[in-house]
Amino acid sequence: MLILKYECYNDPIMKLKREEVLHIAKLARVGVTDDDVERLREQLSDILANFEILQKVDTTDVPPTAQSIPLQNVTKADQPADSLLPGQILANAPRKEGEYFRVKAVLE
Amino acid sequence: MTPHRLTIHEAHQLLKDKKLSSVELTRACLERVKEVEPKIKALVTMTGEAALKQAEQADKLIAEGDINPLTGVPVVIKDVLCTKGVRTTCSSKMLENFIPPYDATVVEKLNALGAMTIGKANMDEFAMGSSTEHSAFFPTHNPWDLDRVPGGSSGGSAVSVAADEGIYALGSDTGGSIRQPAGFCSVVGLKPTYGRVSRYGLVAFASSLDQIGPLTKDVTDCALVMNAIAGFDDRDSTSAPNPVPDYTKSLSADLKGMKLGVPREYFVKGMQSEVEKALKDAIARLEELGAEVDWEATLPSTPHALAVYYIIAPSEASANLARYDGVKYGFSYQEADSMWEAMEKTRQYGFGDEVKRRIMLGTYALSAGYYDAYYLKAQKVRTLIRREFDSAFEKYDALITPTSPTVPFKLGEKLDDPVQMYLSDVCTLPINIAGVPGISIPAGFGEGLPIGMQIIGKPFGEEAILRTAYAYEQATEWHKMRANV
Repeated sequence: MLILKYECYNDPIMKLKREEVLHIAKLARVGVTDDDVERLREQLSDILANFEILQKVDTTDVPPTAQSIPLQNVTKADQPADSLLPGQILANAPRKEGEYFRVKAVLE
Repeated sequence: MTPHRLTIHEAHQLLKDKKLSSVELTRACLERVKEVEPKIKALVTMTGEAALKQAEQADKLIAEGDINPLTGVPVVIKDVLCTKGVRTTCSSKMLENFIPPYDATVVEKLNALGAMTIGKANMDEFAMGSSTEHSAFFPTHNPWDLDRVPGGSSGGSAVSVAADEGIYALGSDTGGSIRQPAGFCSVVGLKPTYGRVSRYGLVAFASSLDQIGPLTKDVTDCALVMNAIAGFDDRDSTSAPNPVPDYTKSLSADLKGMKLGVPREYFVKGMQSEVEKALKDAIARLEELGAEVDWEATLPSTPHALAVYYIIAPSEASANLARYDGVKYGFSYQEADSMWEAMEKTRQYGFGDEVKRRIMLGTYALSAGYYDAYYLKAQKVRTLIRREFDSAFEKYDALITPTSPTVPFKLGEKLDDPVQMYLSDVCTLPINIAGVPGISIPAGFGEGLPIGMQIIGKPFGEEAILRTAYAYEQATEWHKMRANV
């Protein structure tokens, strides 16, 4: 399955499909217009083509790096300290009600 | 008198000797802002009034003898760093009216020393870009040629220092965002080792790559600002516990005993001949100053860094920027019928094109079926890049490269071609991938436009690169040249 995917995007002239761009936009929760989709097909495909260079690099037995200067199991003393007050947190809220953020209905 | 032209250490001397007050210095900087800002557009928000009040306080501290090198000296802060009660926009429509309820650790540290912020600097939206043209508000202009870009994303910070608005500035650097604009504007810009400076209060772009650092008029000032901002902070769990040295002690005029490597992969195809020549002259100068230079150093994975960066940074960005949903703070699209529509429209209209492009790229690289091929592969190549730096630093105290392969380009020139824009960071982004420190210092001019030299050190090796930078600076006149704006 994975190998199949490799093959399909290994072809540098292959352009992302319209549906693929729409799928990514949906995952990213970014609204797009028809013009956006066309432009993004071009631009994202162009950028992705530049990533092909990595497929030729031998990374057998090479572990991934998530963070360059690793610190492990960072903890801090369990001491109470001041925190922001609800009013401070809500000061930037687009919509609020009492001490709550107001949102559109989640369940319909 | 033109106090706005002073460096930190010059201003400090005058403040200490009571030959200049902080109020006078701050006024001079604010006058300068009024004079040049219409041409260069470096600042998004002005905080002059509050700065003058703080200057009065600073003068009281100084009168009491309570003075640190940064006391009473005005600073410009990149608008990606939270400032309590002062809007912090990230040059995005999304945060146009966002007022943070707290200060970033670095801001808190500067305030505690009696510094005053005179303005928040323009940047590429959410620090994504290399020219400051991706600001949602306006582009910033290079003081050396107003038709050219200042670099980015910390373009406003670099320009404010180059044009003597602020005595120094803070920026952030994820792939070159301090060093590349420093190089383009002929100022000094340092990206410290990952973890050296607390990221608390820095609006996150790519958390494994982001670092905060100084932009200054010379290397001494850079060391002074590092003394103030470096160090452990328990509010950032990636903050390093290593002790902070006095960075000014590393500044010495000769380079005897220093071993420097010049990695040949950084002299890339498409590099401008003026940049190549300036760099070769500068490296020869380092040799004259006593350094032993290996012109044939090699970091073979360098050509892979661009792809690694443009997978890892957008992937992390797509996760970090998921928080902008129009609910808690920031721009919010209210006319939608459903929650999902509200969220999608909020992000469609709140983010600019480059930010959306990167969020989508990152989302794609992390999505089912592509994660292993893109993100995991990039993380593995990241290991190879890191290891090559590790072995290079067994041989060399520092590495020397150009900061950028070209001099500043024209406004608009690369705006519609993301790949070309990304290539302007080709010399700086491997340094973030490896997490090591790098500095850009002025190293000459090509056709009247600034050229930067990058000096790279091992993890927590800021002292070696500051020493190299200082010796070169003292042997040359570049840092004394000012743009005529």
